[in-house]
Amino acid sequence: MKRNTMLSIAAGVVVIAAVTLADATLGRFTVRILNLSAIYIILALSLNLLNGFTGLFSLGHAGFMAVGAYVSALLTMSPAQKEMNFFLEPIVPILATLQIPFPLALIAAGTCAGLVAVVIGVPALRLRDDYLAIATLGFAEIIRVILTNTQNITNGAQGLKGITKYSTTWVVWSCAVLSIVFMLALVRSSYGRTMKAVRDDEIAAEAMGVNVVKVKSTSFVISSFMAGVGGALLGHMITTIDPKMFTLILTFNILLIVVLGGNGSITGSVVGAIIVTVLMEALRFLDMPMNFLFIKTDGLPGLRMVIFSILLMIVVLYRQKGLMGNKEFSWDGFIGLLSRKGSARNGGRP
Amino acid sequence: MIRTENVSMRFGGLTAVSDLNISIEKNEIVGLIGPNGAGKTTAFNTITGVYKPSEGRIVFKGQDVTGAKPHKITELGIARTFQNIRLWKDMDVLDNVLVACHLRMGVGVFASTLHLPAYRAKERRSREFAMSLLESVGLADQAHEASTSLPYGKQRRLEIVRALATEPSLLLLDEPAAGMNPQESLELMDFIVKIRDQYDLTILLIEHHMQVVMGVCTRMYVLDYGVTIAHGSPDEIRRDPKVIEAYLGVD
Repeated sequence: MKRNTMLSIAAGVVVIAAVTLADATLGRFTVRILNLSAIYIILALSLNLLNGFTGLFSLGHAGFMAVGAYVSALLTMSPAQKEMNFFLEPIVPILATLQIPFPLALIAAGTCAGLVAVVIGVPALRLRDDYLAIATLGFAEIIRVILTNTQNITNGAQGLKGITKYSTTWVVWSCAVLSIVFMLALVRSSYGRTMKAVRDDEIAAEAMGVNVVKVKSTSFVISSFMAGVGGALLGHMITTIDPKMFTLILTFNILLIVVLGGNGSITGSVVGAIIVTVLMEALRFLDMPMNFLFIKTDGLPGLRMVIFSILLMIVVLYRQKGLMGNKEFSWDGFIGLLSRKGSARNGGRP
Repeated sequence: MIRTENVSMRFGGLTAVSDLNISIEKNEIVGLIGPNGAGKTTAFNTITGVYKPSEGRIVFKGQDVTGAKPHKITELGIARTFQNIRLWKDMDVLDNVLVACHLRMGVGVFASTLHLPAYRAKERRSREFAMSLLESVGLADQAHEASTSLPYGKQRRLEIVRALATEPSLLLLDEPAAGMNPQESLELMDFIVKIRDQYDLTILLIEHHMQVVMGVCTRMYVLDYGVTIAHGSPDEIRRDPKVIEAYLGVD
């Protein structure tokens, strides 16, 4: 027990040192990818809470991200910037001068996404499995259409430009670590156990006194809160947002991380988020024109997504449970794995 | 303790249970028997809120509970087991019991996520309670094994323990002896009487194993095609021509 606590502290120190070092020495592009993976960690964890721990198949994540991104962007922009953005139609007067500090805006972003989840969740959570997925997918589209058409609140299809770049390395990684700690605490608590019970067998959970509707709604709202915060961070990193960003493709990317990493594994989501984000950039050369010895190809935009689709198919066919299954990282398991590898090298003798 | 008044349950044109009138006093062990498809499990499901009865009333401890949600019914003190075992397969044995403890812990999502001191104390108490329950059925050694890795008989016992963890006053057992060998069935009979005395329970059980029902129940109801065809002590039931007809058929 004590050894594990010390190892955890040591690992924490290493991570902080690594982030500091990376932030100081690596190029802006590399740092940006690292930060993007931190945001994807938050998003993957929030989807995993629904999909992996409560057994609710939702495809509405992009919608909640959009709500968060817009709320935070509108609340932190200066009146001057807003005036510059809203040239087609002036912004509604209440929002025109409203400007609050970034941390508050981030919380407001999550809260608004959570509120939308309450409104959507009440009718949608009566559904199960694929039906819920279709309903939430529809809701995400509705949100996107609303954002496109409320010109004097969201600036419609033009989107918002010149959002302040608050998502620094420290901000996003602190949020990511906070999410990981929160998820670990939630999943290991008594309430987290009831979520897993609902996932494994809803009828049994009900019969054992678990208020299934309440547990599902709670999970849905928490997940949406995190998605809203993630969306807000993404907006403050890219510095421009528009409704076209928040389509099903975005939800698909997050789902990919959750499935690759392992449904119901926090470790899996973290590792998956980093792997997928880095691969997304590393495989970018596939979209460019390529030149093999004799064959020249023109650029094939979208080829790297084919790689991801193939990867997903392989996982679904040969390793349904993803990278981690529903297991979590533990020092005991890690050391066990190392010593087993070590003993294997010594001809199987320990 | 519990009383059903003319409870009927219809699915479309099929009447699964009609005019069910069961009345159970405190600390009784009552059997509900009948051939396959007689509507025994449906009767259970209407009592525990899985189905809302088409007609009739269910009164538990003087309170009308007709049509209440299953988790409310459990909160009021009725717990059940399932005919086809429904353990949470991705959780270990102890966690299965702990989920059932959650009901009486009275902690919300925030208190439990933040691991507040009050929550910690309650969690510790729940763990002790769960372990003591597991010990009483000889499952304490397997507390951290996967629930589905247990042999069948032990899974059944774990389901009963899980139901007990909700601290019920009425326990409904749906075929507790299914799939058990004669030795295990005998142990189960002792076990049922033991938990009745230890936890001050009232028990209603569905069972096909006549040896178990006759041995452990003081009274029983016999259903056939949803209709209550007989009611009485084991001896009366054994001699009842209608029961014999339902089970063995007539020329």
